[in-house]
Amino acid sequence: MSSRPIVTLDGVTKSFGSFKALHETSFSIGEGEFVTLLGPSGCGKTTTLRLIGGFELPTTGKIGIAGQDVTHNPPYRRPVNTVFQDYALFPHMTVAENVAYGLTVRGSTVARSDIPRQVGEVLEMVGLSHMGGKRPGALSGGQKQRVAMARALIRKPRVLLLDEPLSALDVKLREVMQVELKRLHRELGITFLMVTHDQTEALALSNRIVVMEAGRIRQIGTPNDLYDRPATPYVADFIGATNLIEARYEGREAGFEVITLPGGAKLRRKASGNGFHPGSEVLIGIRPEHLSPAVGDNLVQGRVVDTLFHGDSIRLEFLPDGATQPAFAQLARGSSLSADALMPGQPIRFAVAPEDVMLFPKVAA
Amino acid sequence: MRRPSSSMLMTAGLFSLPLGWALLLLIVPYILMIAVGFWTRQFPLFVPDFQFGNYLQLFSDPQYTTVILRTLKIAAMVTGCALILGYPLAYFLVFTIRSDKLRNLVYMAVIVPLWVSYLLRAYTWKIILGTDGALNSALMSLGLIDAPLDAFLYNQTAMVITLTYIFVPFMVMPIYAVLENIPKGLIEASEDLGIGPLGTFRHVIAPLSLGGVVAGAMMTFCLSFGDFVAPVLVGGPDGTMVANLLQTQFGAALNWPLGSALATLVLIMVLAILAVTGWAERASARNLR
Repeated sequence: MSSRPIVTLDGVTKSFGSFKALHETSFSIGEGEFVTLLGPSGCGKTTTLRLIGGFELPTTGKIGIAGQDVTHNPPYRRPVNTVFQDYALFPHMTVAENVAYGLTVRGSTVARSDIPRQVGEVLEMVGLSHMGGKRPGALSGGQKQRVAMARALIRKPRVLLLDEPLSALDVKLREVMQVELKRLHRELGITFLMVTHDQTEALALSNRIVVMEAGRIRQIGTPNDLYDRPATPYVADFIGATNLIEARYEGREAGFEVITLPGGAKLRRKASGNGFHPGSEVLIGIRPEHLSPAVGDNLVQGRVVDTLFHGDSIRLEFLPDGATQPAFAQLARGSSLSADALMPGQPIRFAVAPEDVMLFPKVAA
Repeated sequence: MRRPSSSMLMTAGLFSLPLGWALLLLIVPYILMIAVGFWTRQFPLFVPDFQFGNYLQLFSDPQYTTVILRTLKIAAMVTGCALILGYPLAYFLVFTIRSDKLRNLVYMAVIVPLWVSYLLRAYTWKIILGTDGALNSALMSLGLIDAPLDAFLYNQTAMVITLTYIFVPFMVMPIYAVLENIPKGLIEASEDLGIGPLGTFRHVIAPLSLGGVVAGAMMTFCLSFGDFVAPVLVGGPDGTMVANLLQTQFGAALNWPLGSALATLVLIMVLAILAVTGWAERASARNLR
């Protein structure tokens, strides 16, 4: 994070009765960033967003926005606006009235006579100039989404909060809206904080991703950081898929770390500072796309379980020798392996580059 | 000749009873009522006729217009009081009470009196407001008055109080239903856009609950408009309402043609109210689409 912080959470927790939705959490978001809170449902990401929006009050801790302590401010006294998951458009108002709503507040600096011009501008920005007179009920999902964006953006918030903004849209439209979101973020220079459970969406849009699980932050980093250097097996598996194999750490040897796979084969890994003792139980992580059927000397061996045709690629399920859980490999279509070699039960081996082997401490399941 | 199929027989069997009931006890009486309204009274008999004398009498005799106007006034006051009491109550139930159990309990407390005999509930107010009633005893024991007052009972205020008490659930129920159906997200969205609780009520909650208010007002108004028990129990000499007048025409006054004409007039007024509220409800529903 290079710029000065616009949102800061300091030791924030949130409990609902005896349920701890958010364990002690501290992080900050820089001005102009596009940050994503990523995690499965129930991980506390929406709670975090609602705490920043003011719809929930934290049980403990402080929340600051734009240098102001807003911990106990109601939503209408915070310089943020929200795009709600179900859009929450006012059904009794037209699109233009919905968009203008946030400017009608008492004490607004916007002159009444200037509201129609601003509404027109924002609607044009989201590509709905001719829709001002319609009611939300007459709009498609994508159009509602754009109205929700326009309604929040017209208030020129310091931070735009987006709660699963694309989850209600079909795949095609979602991709269009991703591009749109990225464009709006670039053009407006407003800080975006988005909640999503979709890792591809998070990777595609964000400057930084906050990975959450069970009410805790597991890792914060750029998409590249999280993909290349996941801090935990959980993050490794959530950001892109990762094959996790139980193994034993043997020690260092000529700039490489040596790991013994359950089948007895040795695997080399590019050395990095870690505190493992030789002989300790570890988990290694290898991404399916890093397993190559080409012949090499750093090999994972096993037997084919099944293959799934994915159009542009083939997903191959195999059981590494000695392992209890199957692993997956992603093969380019037309790879060198013959159809016979992919029959279930056939032995198969994959080469993996030493820098693509991830190493984690073995956690109690 | 085709024999009626068994399914036709089934249909006929299934619906003959309710249809017959509606025809015999609703439609035929309405036709009779409207027809008799044009008859002539030749004491002690009623002669079939077609003349507007009964209606002329209703509009020219100030006795009738006074009572009709008074009934409209009291029904309007009851509706107003029920709205003032019922809307905040429904709002409180939906938005303030957090516990579902407590909300259901309070809601039931509002509805349960409907299961108690109407007469009993009206009579209760006679006991509360009477000269040696609960209100007088309370005021005397507090030392606010020295002797019991007879000002509480037998007047229009007592009627409005009693009718409001009896019909307020009919106001609460539809308002509660519409308020409960307003997505909480809309209220959050309004606050998110910088509008405080008062503005949110004015611009979001009130317009979205209008349909329930119209339905509640319509029921409360029509029920009070046709009431004849409260005037008898707690109304004074100036408490007569249209329904009492009707009762008299068919009883003591023995003037069925005039009574029928009056009943027809009441029916037309109620239908007019239903038409107007129906139109208003449709307009507000159109608003929400």
